[in-house]
Amino acid sequence: MAERREPIESGCPDPWQYMHPVMRRNFGQWKYHEHPRPGVLLHVAYSGDKLWTVKAGTQRILDVFTLRKLCDIGDEYAEGYVHFTIRSNIEYLVSDESRVAPLIEALEGAGFVVGGTQNSVAMISHTQGWLHCDIPGTDASGVVKSMMDELVDEFRNTNMPNRVHITTSCCQINCGGQGDIAINVQHTKPPKINHDLVANVCERPSVVARCPVAAIRPAMVNGKPSLEVDERKCICCGACYPPCPPMQINDPEHSKLAIWVGGNHSNARGKPTFQKLVAAGIPNNPPRWPEATAIVKRILKAYKEGARDWERINEWIERIGWPRFFEEVELPFTKYHIDTWRGARASLNSSSYIRF
Amino acid sequence: MAIDKHITPMLDQLETGPWPSFVSGIKRLRDQHPDPRINEMTNDLLGQLEHSYETRKGYWKGGTVSVYRYGGGIIPRFSEAAQSFPHSKEFHTLRVQPPAGNHYTTAMLRQLADSWEKYGSGLVTFHGQTGNIMFIGASTENTQPFFDEINEYGWDLGGAGPCVRTAMSCIGSARCEMSCTNELKAHRLLVNNFVDDVHRPALPYKFKFKVSGCPNDCQNAIERSDFAILGTWRDDMKVDQAEVQRYVAEQGRQYYIDNVITRCPTQALALNDDDTLDINNRDCVRCMHCLNVMPKALHPGDDKGVTILIGGKRTLKIGDLMGTVVVPFKKLETEEDYESLVELATTIIDFWAENGLEHERCGEMIERIGLATFLEGIGIEPDPNMLNHPRQSSYVRTDGWDEAAAEWFARQAETAR
Repeated sequence: MAERREPIESGCPDPWQYMHPVMRRNFGQWKYHEHPRPGVLLHVAYSGDKLWTVKAGTQRILDVFTLRKLCDIGDEYAEGYVHFTIRSNIEYLVSDESRVAPLIEALEGAGFVVGGTQNSVAMISHTQGWLHCDIPGTDASGVVKSMMDELVDEFRNTNMPNRVHITTSCCQINCGGQGDIAINVQHTKPPKINHDLVANVCERPSVVARCPVAAIRPAMVNGKPSLEVDERKCICCGACYPPCPPMQINDPEHSKLAIWVGGNHSNARGKPTFQKLVAAGIPNNPPRWPEATAIVKRILKAYKEGARDWERINEWIERIGWPRFFEEVELPFTKYHIDTWRGARASLNSSSYIRF
Repeated sequence: MAIDKHITPMLDQLETGPWPSFVSGIKRLRDQHPDPRINEMTNDLLGQLEHSYETRKGYWKGGTVSVYRYGGGIIPRFSEAAQSFPHSKEFHTLRVQPPAGNHYTTAMLRQLADSWEKYGSGLVTFHGQTGNIMFIGASTENTQPFFDEINEYGWDLGGAGPCVRTAMSCIGSARCEMSCTNELKAHRLLVNNFVDDVHRPALPYKFKFKVSGCPNDCQNAIERSDFAILGTWRDDMKVDQAEVQRYVAEQGRQYYIDNVITRCPTQALALNDDDTLDINNRDCVRCMHCLNVMPKALHPGDDKGVTILIGGKRTLKIGDLMGTVVVPFKKLETEEDYESLVELATTIIDFWAENGLEHERCGEMIERIGLATFLEGIGIEPDPNMLNHPRQSSYVRTDGWDEAAAEWFARQAETAR
């Protein structure tokens, strides 16, 4: 065998070499920005330099043909420098205003969608799902594609009261993170255990330790060491499944989708907030998941009509109250909305504050 | 070479509609790429994905794959349906660290694409939720040569498993007037100090650094990282009163009162009779709202620095946690400032590595042992900025009170000096 090459442990690369020259020149010296049109930002430096950013949504799972097409557009219509946002949009940076309109035309002509700035519905934060994950309850790319097809006008325009960040997650670990609206898998049945495999595949004490509610204990089943689940305690979270694949949590029928609202990372106007459950039991229905999209659209419609300028979804609901929220989005309120986890008491209304 | 294409009626439905289709992209690799290896691999990938859509189940399992000298950085994926889809039976993702702030030239993107199609599936994502470039779909055999090739021209693997993970930082100073710190410097100094802990997973669980240049926190650092750095400032914000007046004239007084003055979370703003803005900077919590509304008129002050929060994480195992303020304000200007930042991170990671349970995030450890114990462990004194409010429960033993109070006054005297 040939001698193996020692790695160069260079870590995170220096971005300076890939940064647009106007950014390098004005690093830390920006004065303000404007929003000339949806999908475009104009940043102005103290030096007087100006930099236009054109933002476009893509399919995120890029094939090399698409990546090269994005590069071709960047070379022909922009200046060869790009930036990717946290939500996987591509941003082209140009120092010449006359390039902006042809760049937008080229991007739209090639099938990309220019938008995602300011008060738009931004690109959905995206996980891996059936395409690549080892524990997914659903597909991320398909859910995102289906929803963005329906929300594309809200991505292209900036007609929302404030920005809207939507996230998806294919299991309850929630890699998609907090969002104004989150569409997450919610399992409804305990794991189905293949007792023949547990002893060989799973490190049993660590599986026992992973359970948030101590519902798993070692057991002998059919003469073999295995694990058993106290199904009255089990919260169907799926935490045992990654360390122990024979404890199958995904179920074609009983793994459902749930929708959460009001997660907000920003400190603006209020401290960051976690999202809250509003709907569960939604069918996990490929290839287009119409039931989940319909609820998301109802929430967006009510928010767009009812919220005041600058209110994010959490702030809008805080003002109008949860009873009216459920009424406006036509969702049932159930006992499952009442939190039972630690700290739940803080979520109860211990006042006479009632809206009539 | 003609391949036997899987029929994919469900995935085909994702080729319609205005949003760009990932299915069409994978089909381009299957139908148009000159390399038969890629045609076959993506054909079987589509076949397996269609099978998932039909049965509503995933068919990937993990395993152990890494490159020479490293223990992590690759997400191994072996197919459980390999009999039907043999060409994508190994479909590993290489996590590669992006440049801080996610800047690229098209030339570099092309170079990465050229390397990737030599060895991988031709599918890539900028970026995954941890912040890595995700090169999706390499056989076990091809992970090493692909890594060797891109490592030669400056790219390194990120973290996977119980280790220091790839960090993230916003575009910040490179393009944003709100930026209060050099995000890319903090990002690179921190994560590159821990390359060994990135490449060789040996910690209780994952540990993430994220840097946001201001409290808008575009990197979601407070909720999504164990070590969150947010730019801030402690002197007065800068006001261009003529711009304020122009804004009020354009938008109207009522709009201004409803959308700026009354939206301040600490009522630190008032509109003067001459349409200038009155700011009580001592009450201001640097939430950013009024700056966001009027980026021309209002700017962060000059005495900039960072706030550091520790322990953010998502649901598993004990429930969601936001990070907690551990350093209310820290200057990041001199090399010594940056060195002490790295020192703080080292102290925290060491303490957690020593005291964290298996699969316990730093925030969960703090929840278990209490913030006061954690602070003692890392040598940081308690500060009221770390809390929403002091304790509510009287169930506490307070017989060390006099000493603690004396220490507080001694520290206050020290700071005043």
